[in-house]
Amino acid sequence: MTTLTDPPKAGFRLSQLLYDTRYRSITIQVIAMILVILGLYWLVNNTIQNLSALGKDFDFGFLSQPAGYDINQRLVEYSSQSTHGQAAIVGILNTILVAFLGCILATILGVIAGVLRLSKNWIVNKLMAVYVEGFRNVPLLLWIIAIFALMTEGMPQPRDFKVGGDASMILGETVAVTNRGVYVPGVVFESGWFASAAMNWLAVIVVLVASLLVIRVVRRRADAIQEATGDRPTTWWQQLGLLIIPAGLVLVLMGATMQYPYIRGFNFTDGIHLRNSLIALWLALSLYTGAFIAEIVRAGILAISKGQSEAASALGLRPNRTMNLVILPQAMRVIIPPLISQYLNLTKNSSLAIAVGYMDVRSTLGGITINQTGRELEGMLLLGAFYLVLSLLISAVMNVYNNRTQLQER
Amino acid sequence: MSQSNDLIPPRPAPQSANGILGRIQALAAQGPSHLILSVISYAAMAAMIWLILRWAISPTWTAGSLAECREILQGQHGKACWGVINERWSQLLIGFYPKAEFWRPALAFVLLGLAIFAMLRVNARAMERKLAVIPFVLTPYLLWGGPIWSWVVLFGAACLLLVMNKLLRSTNAKADFAIRIAFIGAAVWLAMNISDALPPSLKDLGLEPVKSREFGGFLLSFLIGLSAILFSLPMGVALALGRTSKLPLLRVVSTGFIEFIRGVPLITLLFIASTLLNIFLPPGTNFDIIVRVIIMVTLFASAYIAEIVRGALAAVPKGQTEGAASLGLNYWQTQRLIILPQALKISIPGIVSTFIAVFKDTTLVSIIGLLDPLGLANNIRADSAWTGIVWEIYGFAALIFFIFCFAMSQYSMWLERQLQTGHR
Repeated sequence: MTTLTDPPKAGFRLSQLLYDTRYRSITIQVIAMILVILGLYWLVNNTIQNLSALGKDFDFGFLSQPAGYDINQRLVEYSSQSTHGQAAIVGILNTILVAFLGCILATILGVIAGVLRLSKNWIVNKLMAVYVEGFRNVPLLLWIIAIFALMTEGMPQPRDFKVGGDASMILGETVAVTNRGVYVPGVVFESGWFASAAMNWLAVIVVLVASLLVIRVVRRRADAIQEATGDRPTTWWQQLGLLIIPAGLVLVLMGATMQYPYIRGFNFTDGIHLRNSLIALWLALSLYTGAFIAEIVRAGILAISKGQSEAASALGLRPNRTMNLVILPQAMRVIIPPLISQYLNLTKNSSLAIAVGYMDVRSTLGGITINQTGRELEGMLLLGAFYLVLSLLISAVMNVYNNRTQLQER
Repeated sequence: MSQSNDLIPPRPAPQSANGILGRIQALAAQGPSHLILSVISYAAMAAMIWLILRWAISPTWTAGSLAECREILQGQHGKACWGVINERWSQLLIGFYPKAEFWRPALAFVLLGLAIFAMLRVNARAMERKLAVIPFVLTPYLLWGGPIWSWVVLFGAACLLLVMNKLLRSTNAKADFAIRIAFIGAAVWLAMNISDALPPSLKDLGLEPVKSREFGGFLLSFLIGLSAILFSLPMGVALALGRTSKLPLLRVVSTGFIEFIRGVPLITLLFIASTLLNIFLPPGTNFDIIVRVIIMVTLFASAYIAEIVRGALAAVPKGQTEGAASLGLNYWQTQRLIILPQALKISIPGIVSTFIAVFKDTTLVSIIGLLDPLGLANNIRADSAWTGIVWEIYGFAALIFFIFCFAMSQYSMWLERQLQTGHR
């Protein structure tokens, strides 16, 4: 019988650090760690030296100092006496506004173009191909600047809208497209519950969200009844009523009235003034991102096997019901992840606002504030942190949705 | 039951979908909604083509200003004014690069084009690929100019390295590596110090130096785009390997870098390059703005490429790694010979679309004041002779961008088909 013995224990040799796979990974990591720390130390040390040479310190106190500049496009109260911090918030809201509007329009355009690109109709198919390829292969900044230039130089001046002028308002005398922007009717609250219009709107939105939650309960109940009895109760009028009546009531109680833009002197007053910068940025972002979304939608639909639509038509479903009930719900699983990254791209691309003077967070906090206070480092850090947080938030929200629509596998 | 021997009458031939008549008949057979959609689409297309042609055909090639254009057109609206392109096309192409030196960027890009063409062919020979490296080394010198000696040294060293490959193949790998490092170090040292050793009459021999701020137009776009594409691919692959590595520290550092870069817009990074980079570097350093921009765009692109390559690495079956390990290959051999060739093939479409995005994103440098085509367009539109010009310049720029981006995407599709080895 042989006895098994441990191999003789050799003492630890220094060369094992390099040649023994057990130790090598540790060696590499220690070296990498030292390099990273040295690199960071080098950067921080340089920064400290440079800042002290420039006579600057590292301080976020500038956020509470008065900003001293005006912002023409704003969602909340702001004047030139407000602080830099408030200017940053106005900018953040503007970024979110254009990103939100852009995501909605881009999705609509993208889904339409993506579905139509799969059409068997030759000309429809080709027109959509022209749209998609044309926007995907030309820089976004070029589109933003070109649309902005077209708006400012191709549209009539407000004074041409005066009686006897050669321009006229469209959509039943309610909307004016001028070289200073688009004037659309707005809603004013004559006896609002809050002092600021933004808070009043917030109240309306809260009521709307509450009604949507109630509608969900109604739908759940309808689902439950359908599961139990096979008959689905008619609920559309309940849903419609729940959606419209509470919000309408709130609006009436606050004395909401439509206000139409009209020309006074050389410019329009009343209504909502959508500036060229917002319009150009919004349209360009939506058209550009829409082209990418169209490709995503097309790929998603093509990923669904043909048997699905054949089975649906064998069951007697009409083409549009096949699309809505069979193809799209499955295609969504393929579409959502790349769609998230397109939304993220759109949000980050909205920082190109600076090219047309739209006051987003990069133009307020990252632009004028930095120029006025000389706080490049702090401003850029805050700006980077904001975009990081926004990106993470959007992807978190969309990931929750993605997890819910994902195929439940074993 | 009566049985008839009569044949069933033959069915009419199926409608031909070819030719105009056939197409119209096919359309009519699809039902009214399709017909309406088609009519609208044809009308839209016809209107578009008519508008574009009517705009583009305009006898204004020789006009010297917008006012002259208007004179030539005599009150016709909606017509292009091509004089601006005639006058400024060279500026849109090379910016304020000296006109007399125009041949240098032209030569550089012709050589680069040939080299890229040689490299992109699937079945290029090894020698062709090696020769194709030369234009990439030559281009910086052709563009920036200056005394020739340092470049001669570097160029000679590069050629020697290529030859050394053959000479050193038989010897020990570690010594081989050490010799090469030493050789490169010596060459760089010599290149930096050679001008001191030369007599003054020879010292300044070479092409006229051109400063970076004279670069502009598509020259700048191509320079930044090509450099970023060239450097970001290896860096992106390295980051992807780092993010999938078993070593936790490497993984954390790579992940942090990738997520930071991807979470922040490029324009913010460019602002860091133009205003903030000097704060992070040793006091007194001040290097070329174009180089700074190239570094930032490269970092940006490499993070995106890293994510694409990471996805592709995950798609390579685990059995491949295990098979390589059972053959006794080490980590680098496994990655280089087994995993990466498969992963890179899968990631071609993603990588090319990142390249297209990078090339388009070079237009952002106009925001930090470099004169790329869009920056120049702003300049030209600010010129009193051309105020009011919109589509001529932007259309010109858009057309050139479209041609290159479209060519890149078509190439990637072609390459995908060429490298397709699966049976489908």
